[in-house]
Amino acid sequence: MEAFTTHTGRAVPLRRSNADTDQIIPAHWLKKVTRNGFEDGLFEAWRKDPSFVLNQPERKGATVLVAGPDFGTGSSREHAVWALQNYGFKAVISSRFADIFRGNSLKNGLLTVILPQETVEQLWKLTEADPTAEITVDLESREVRAAGITAPFELDDNARWRLLNGLDDISLTLGNEADISAYEAKRPSFKPRTLHV
Amino acid sequence: MGRTLAEKVWDDHVVRHADGEPDLLYIDLHLIHEVTSPQAFDGLRMNGRPVRRLDLTIATEDHNTPTLDIDKPIADPVSRTQLETLRKNCAEFGVRLHPLGDVEQGVVHVVGPQLGLTQPGMTVVCGDSHTSTHGAFGALAFGIGTSQVEHVLATQTLPLAPFKTMAITVDGELPAGVTAKDLILTIITKIGTGGGQGYVIEYRGSAIEKLSMEARMTICNMSIEAGARAGMIAPDQTTFDYLEGRDHAPKGEDWDAAVAYWKTLKTDEDAVFDTEVVIDAAALSPFVTWGTNPGQGAPLSAIVPDPASFADPSDRMAAEKALEYMALSAGTPLREVKVDTVFLGSCTNGRIEDLRAAAAVVEGRQVADGVRMLVVPGSVRVALQAVEEGLDKVFKAAGAEWRHAGCSMCLGMNPDQLAPGERSASTSNRNFEGRQGKGGRTHLVSPQVAAATAVLGHLASPADLTAESGLEA
Ligand code: SF4
Repeated sequence: MEAFTTHTGRAVPLRRSNADTDQIIPAHWLKKVTRNGFEDGLFEAWRKDPSFVLNQPERKGATVLVAGPDFGTGSSREHAVWALQNYGFKAVISSRFADIFRGNSLKNGLLTVILPQETVEQLWKLTEADPTAEITVDLESREVRAAGITAPFELDDNARWRLLNGLDDISLTLGNEADISAYEAKRPSFKPRTLHV
Repeated sequence: MGRTLAEKVWDDHVVRHADGEPDLLYIDLHLIHEVTSPQAFDGLRMNGRPVRRLDLTIATEDHNTPTLDIDKPIADPVSRTQLETLRKNCAEFGVRLHPLGDVEQGVVHVVGPQLGLTQPGMTVVCGDSHTSTHGAFGALAFGIGTSQVEHVLATQTLPLAPFKTMAITVDGELPAGVTAKDLILTIITKIGTGGGQGYVIEYRGSAIEKLSMEARMTICNMSIEAGARAGMIAPDQTTFDYLEGRDHAPKGEDWDAAVAYWKTLKTDEDAVFDTEVVIDAAALSPFVTWGTNPGQGAPLSAIVPDPASFADPSDRMAAEKALEYMALSAGTPLREVKVDTVFLGSCTNGRIEDLRAAAAVVEGRQVADGVRMLVVPGSVRVALQAVEEGLDKVFKAAGAEWRHAGCSMCLGMNPDQLAPGERSASTSNRNFEGRQGKGGRTHLVSPQVAAATAVLGHLASPADLTAESGLEA
């Protein structure tokens, strides 16, 4: 996973709640068997509308998505995170994320930042008025900064440490092999097995 | 202090606990399908890692599989590649797979329980959000992303952040014609699509205890639509009766030991939930969605709401956008909404009981002119059982299409899709924009409402049928 320390970039204000995973990346894109090449599928249906915010020339190259509440509801598809990253987003800000989406994002180094809805509104106003306005998402100091706005955010120490160092969960877990084996040794015999032995 | 059911199952699976770190939890069952696994197997290959517990892993094909001509090569090359990739991966790593054409093939969440692999007190995961279905057995079951699929394949564990607990107590008697689907749709509209966020929900109360396993699965299935991590129902005699004798259910002494353990899996009297919601079953009625998220629903007898009636500005904006997409105007009675397609199936309502309920409604009647009704059993086993009971004949005689098992129009990754602007009544779980096909409009309904809607051509319940056919006679 790519490490995340701090990032500064222009923003896309997405004034929609419940941007579900079927909007972020529609199902027909899920047939791909790779982790890349999803950028054209990002918000595919909404992008058909020329007035959609992502289509505006001044939003080209923006890297911070500022979205309405309940971002990423719906399916467990990690493709939603890959699509955002493939497109170039480094961070998503919202007042509420769906659990699985948030878990997936942090495992891939896409920082999902929870801020109060008032702050999201301020960021919307700021970047709508001035598309060149930059937002800094600083994971070291757990702070979002933009012109006239300084907003602290929460992220637990462990998730932050893994992101800052770009650590791979599987290697960390395999370091606990002794614990896993010990647990396996005492699992009851009535637990089902998929293979008949 | 006492513990809740969810806390007990969690505690029994902690492999490693360290302060300030997520608990490492052991996973008892890992279900795999073709969509969310290819990148995970790639990851294993790249790092030279094997699957740690092949005997706790099982795969099936469901999302891409066609429901017609299943003996011919799959027409869409991209779908075909994805299925072939799963077959190759399962063969290479040694994972048990039930491919298209196999008698145990079907929607992953229908297959696990019917094989008896889903049991009380287990941890069950799958790269699919509707893994919450398995919570109906008193298992802690949740959907995971592809990185986590790889993690479970490699380690049979997952580091997991703690959850909060919510009790949804449903007391009383569901009125005749009101189903588990109506109940869960009502709950989602009440608490909202984010209402369960961070929670494991336990459904309890006398109305829940009276439900069959199929109905309990329908409820737990849609916990994710309320934003919850998982949904659970404490195991009881209904659960044990469902499991006894199934292929992978414990046998002999193991059965007795298992049941003794399962009986301990209930929330203690003095346990405290973080949140409690109480619902009066008797007050419920058939419930349908009018919008583009599962929390935008109303009783069938209601009208399409006016966006201005929503106090919260983001709800109001969402309702405006939803009505525009759904081509509905505020004030229209929901019963007057005409549909083109009816879809009966999915991991929410594609089990035998659902097919029986819908067949009872269409029996001796005809699907309305200009309406197509697709019946897609949740699994091959469900289809075989339905054929044995003659349900396929009932559906065909009514003019419905009897199809092969799979996810089908629930998400339209196969050719079963809505055309732009088409409207469906669907027993599935998501009414997102474009979910059933680009530009398609979805109303979520129960199997009974789906069947009555197919006959009348507009959203309706079986009660309307007798009323309207009385007029026709
Ligand atoms: S039936 Fe629908 S919800 Fe269930 S697993 Fe298939 S696509 Fe997902």
